[in-house]
Amino acid sequence: MEAISLDGGFADAPIDAAHAFRAVLNAMARPGVVETIGGAQPPAPLSPAAGSVLLTLCDPEAPVHLAGASDTPAVRDWLAFHTGAPVSTPETAMFALGRWEDLLPLDRFAIGTPEYPDRSATLIVEVPGFDTGQPARLTGPGIADAVDFTLPAIEMFQRNSVLFPLGLDFIFAAGNQVAALPRTSKVEAL
Amino acid sequence: MIEENQRRDWIGLLARAPATRVKALWDELGVAPEFSWLRRPEIGGVMVRGRMGGTGAPFNLGEMTVTRCSVRLSCGTAGHGYVQGRDQRKAEIAALCDALLQTQGAAQVHQGILTPLTHEMARARQDRAEKAAATKVDFFTLVRGED
Repeated sequence: MEAISLDGGFADAPIDAAHAFRAVLNAMARPGVVETIGGAQPPAPLSPAAGSVLLTLCDPEAPVHLAGASDTPAVRDWLAFHTGAPVSTPETAMFALGRWEDLLPLDRFAIGTPEYPDRSATLIVEVPGFDTGQPARLTGPGIADAVDFTLPAIEMFQRNSVLFPLGLDFIFAAGNQVAALPRTSKVEAL
Repeated sequence: MIEENQRRDWIGLLARAPATRVKALWDELGVAPEFSWLRRPEIGGVMVRGRMGGTGAPFNLGEMTVTRCSVRLSCGTAGHGYVQGRDQRKAEIAALCDALLQTQGAAQVHQGILTPLTHEMARARQDRAEKAAATKVDFFTLVRGED
């Protein structure tokens, strides 16, 4: 194991994980609102935000799929040391991490079953920022009227929300910020 | 290069050794290397599994409490400590010993901690075996007169 993979965990695990969890919870509860998150220093190409989400949500019983460029030995070692989460295929993954292009096609991921809609994957999407992409208007639970947000695609999210109560949930990570798009949000192109 | 088996042996020895003895020997040794935490001591449970006779199907023997931590010395060597029980100080010492045993100071730690612990553990094991052996009952059957 490379020495670099041992660094970059939460300095004060209980406190930092609680703060990060609150940030993810707020982001999920208010789709399209950007929250600040931090504490983890993962190896490149992971952003601190994506690393903090992984440290907070993953454990040995939550398989993670590393898509495309994020699947490096350093990232695997870092994930193994700090969370113990196994790296898996897209079909069995509870979490998936990568850039939007690397995560496609989305139909590889579990969307849950009618009896257990919670057995679906959460995709952590590395985005360059929250002002690049296609402008969209979000409505639905957790949004007072409507919120404007930029997404890497429009139609795929529309199809995902039609699957409700099944479907995928998305967390967007850039730098030290996260935003989320749960399956309940309705997406309109602007 | 350190043999994998050697490292497994000393990590195992430090994991099983009594906390009071580990702390006493560490204080006697009197080394206080500079280090940073990779993972602060945390207490958790592990499921111990066994195989009947060493070859049977695996079964869950029971849970035990384990404390683990990881340190990095100022020279960059990382050490891991996994110890029985919930003694965080013991886990820290075990991790520091593991790190030091991979550096130039290995001989000092070997002599000051590993050797005495190995002897004490062997003696305790032998005492226990002797105590058990003293109460052993041999059952044997004399001629039963059937044939």
